[in-house]
Amino acid sequence: MSMTDRLSSAPAPRRLPHGLIVARNILLFLMRAPTSLFGLIVLGLLITLAVFAPLIATHDPYVQNLQNTLQPPSAAHLFGTDELGRDIFSRLVAGSRITLSIIFLVTIVVGPLGLFFGTVAGYYGGKVDTVLMRITDIFLSFPSLILSLAFVAALGPSLNNAIIAISLTAWPPIARLARAETMTFRQADYIAAAKLQGASSARIIWRSIVPMCLPSVLIRLTLNMATVILTAAGLGFLGLGAQPPLPEWGAMIATGRRYMIDSWWLVTFPGLAILCVSLAFNLLGDGLRDALDPKQMNRG
Amino acid sequence: MDPILEVKNLSIRYHGAPEPAVRNVSFTLGRERLGIVGESGSGKSTVGRAIMRLIDSAEITADTMRFEDVDLLNASERQMLKVRGKRMSMILQDPKFSLNPIQRCGHQIAEAYRTHVRCSKAEARAKAVKMLEQVHIRDPERVYDLYPHEVSGGMGQRVMIAMMLLTSPDLVIADEPTSALDVTVRLQVLRILDGLVKDKGIGLVMISHDLNLVRAFCDRVLIMYAGRLVETLDARDLNNAQHPYTRGLLAAQPRIGGSRAPLPVLNRQDSWLTPQAQGDAL
Amino acid sequence: MRQSKRRYAGVAEQGVSILITLFGLLILTFVIGRIMPTDPVRAMVGEDATREVYENVYRQLGLDKPMWQQFLIYLRDIATFDFGTSIRTGKPVLEDIARVLPATIELATFAIIIGAGLGTPMGVIAATNKDKWQDQLIRVFSLMGHSMPIFWTGMIALLVFYANLGWVGGSGRMSQFYIGLVPERTNFLLIDSALAGQWDVFRSALNHIILPASLLGYSSSAYITRMTRSFMLDQINQEYVTTARVKGLSRRQTIWRHAFGNIRVQLVTIVALAYGALLEGAVLIETVFAWPGFGQYLTSNLLIGDMNAVMTCVLIVGVIFIGLNILSDILYRVFDPRTR
Repeated sequence: MSMTDRLSSAPAPRRLPHGLIVARNILLFLMRAPTSLFGLIVLGLLITLAVFAPLIATHDPYVQNLQNTLQPPSAAHLFGTDELGRDIFSRLVAGSRITLSIIFLVTIVVGPLGLFFGTVAGYYGGKVDTVLMRITDIFLSFPSLILSLAFVAALGPSLNNAIIAISLTAWPPIARLARAETMTFRQADYIAAAKLQGASSARIIWRSIVPMCLPSVLIRLTLNMATVILTAAGLGFLGLGAQPPLPEWGAMIATGRRYMIDSWWLVTFPGLAILCVSLAFNLLGDGLRDALDPKQMNRG
Repeated sequence: MDPILEVKNLSIRYHGAPEPAVRNVSFTLGRERLGIVGESGSGKSTVGRAIMRLIDSAEITADTMRFEDVDLLNASERQMLKVRGKRMSMILQDPKFSLNPIQRCGHQIAEAYRTHVRCSKAEARAKAVKMLEQVHIRDPERVYDLYPHEVSGGMGQRVMIAMMLLTSPDLVIADEPTSALDVTVRLQVLRILDGLVKDKGIGLVMISHDLNLVRAFCDRVLIMYAGRLVETLDARDLNNAQHPYTRGLLAAQPRIGGSRAPLPVLNRQDSWLTPQAQGDAL
Repeated sequence: MRQSKRRYAGVAEQGVSILITLFGLLILTFVIGRIMPTDPVRAMVGEDATREVYENVYRQLGLDKPMWQQFLIYLRDIATFDFGTSIRTGKPVLEDIARVLPATIELATFAIIIGAGLGTPMGVIAATNKDKWQDQLIRVFSLMGHSMPIFWTGMIALLVFYANLGWVGGSGRMSQFYIGLVPERTNFLLIDSALAGQWDVFRSALNHIILPASLLGYSSSAYITRMTRSFMLDQINQEYVTTARVKGLSRRQTIWRHAFGNIRVQLVTIVALAYGALLEGAVLIETVFAWPGFGQYLTSNLLIGDMNAVMTCVLIVGVIFIGLNILSDILYRVFDPRTR
């Protein structure tokens, strides 16, 4: 979306805040496409599951029952039980909290970090820009999983370190985006006006530039979330993320692997859960991209 | 003489558009040069592309749309493949965009020939080189091997003409063939096109917004306004045009040695859009 | 004349920027190597070494020197291709990696052929049928590939195609039976076995590579499909495509002979990037398929904290990435007449 679009649509009817109208339009657009509707539903389901996990779970996700191990799916245990007799359905439900907290934590680390580097580089330009973008390039020259692996190896395996490692590798694309956005606003008249009023650079960046970058950054974060989830699950699978007995989905697959031949349900359900959530983010991101494509929106 | 092209009550409406882009256009074309003149958005290019059956996203209706023995309304795509490029072709506006940037000019010309005639590569090359000569390119062998970005606009358009006339079609539609060129080479390119059209006895439809060009290079002129045909007349009678739109257009042309008063601005009237005005014009 | 001078300046500028990126990679690996909480000396000498032995090794590793000196030593070592020895295997890390890398390259190459072979036509079909059912179907299919946790899909695929159906070989590069039968020349098993004329081994290797390579290829085809589609959408509305149709070419000929030629350049870049990303997928899939390659070497060393090996692996991946970027740049120049 170009800047003029935003500026010209700002003084639109004041019945609802402008942001809300846009958000509603986007939501309506997303609901019309079956694929992005699926994404919305799955994510809604994920949030519901995570919030009401203790109510939805049929069993305690941590309680072992060695008399009842490796039971196939049945009425008592919807998705069967694992090698320690724990109810897989309840563990999946509990795992949704872990997934959601990974998403949340990565977002609140990566968003500000990327915004900070991007806006500062874009606003100051010159040497600051060169140095900061060089750093981003270096991070970008690694595949994110390998770099996360290196960080986790250095920090030691745990869920928190996995989140830190993922965040450290996920900010560069956000910074690039925020920089590109900032470059388009930098010369705008209202920035010049703020400067003339004597506002400090920090204040201009924080009050004028960051809000303008926020929408596209949030969309980009949604798009990247599928990768984040897959990386987190991959780290869990390699034993470098969440540690047992935490019901993290990737780690559940790793422990279930040994029993896979005879007890397919141990790995199948956690895998399906990961697939659904990451597919949901991908479909939603895809829909968002279409929704924000100016060519599409011109159709009214 | 049988007409090459016969169009009766042609209407074109793009999918999703509320209004047709072209409505009730009728004309016939013999072995002559017909100009279609109008402002941008008047639907003149759309008519050309509809005749070539290049528009996929529109609803095309007509009482008749016939090219020689081909019923253009009902011909299958397979039939059209034998017609397009062989019996009718089209010269597009800007060689910068209409030539494939990553293929050599000569290759693109030869392809037009090889699509319709079974022959060896060398034979097609010889044909293309000869055609390049005919469009007055001095060093055809060298130009054959150039990429489009390496030739000038005027030369690019001559390459385009060579490509489109190589198969000696019966009908050529020239869609603003010189608008993208420098003023200095416009006439030169048009003369080349004109010479070839006359020599080969090709029916030419020249789509343009330039009344003077059309007057100089066409036998007959159709004037289009907002998707409608407002007037048809012989090029030499253009000064006697009846319709206020045509008269307005003519009055808005600057003339050397004319009065220095500001040129009149076209005064549009809604009545031009009514069917009755059209009836008068026809 | 002036043009060539400008080109040299461009190449020089690119060279400098590559060097800076490389230097940054070294800083990054150095820093990651130092922040780890596990004690590298302890890992080498064992838990019950005497204090004296411990301190000897400590000094040997240069850990008593200030950081900047340690970094200089690190740079010197790298410049002389001394990446240290692996604690686990006791061999120079570089030697280890040279041994395992061909297995991964073989897998990744096979996968990219499948990925590009699948993704390119799908992208073209999606673009030429934009918003129709073909486009939707391809979109969902390719997003599936992009969304699946590849380690899980690998396990399920092994269960189905190997354990249940028996269509393909199981884990590893070939059946246990053939291991050691083929002399190692290039370490590319398909090439080695063909060179030795061991067609049974060749077939077995093919049988084993097809499943992991297909999964990797499928996952990378998502990216290739999406990019091909958007490149193609840019092209099919261009005037030269109309010209081709005016000449009497069919829609299919127009797409493949003209429009496709114009996205080839961008496509090459995309495929090169996808190839690099495959190395990432390889880490996970190699674990599942017990594929004795780079990814498995990396993860097994990670788990025991063999940092020399890990950091060298990371560095090599970074270098491969930079190399692929340069390569795609060069190919760009070769394919596009306008940049010549």
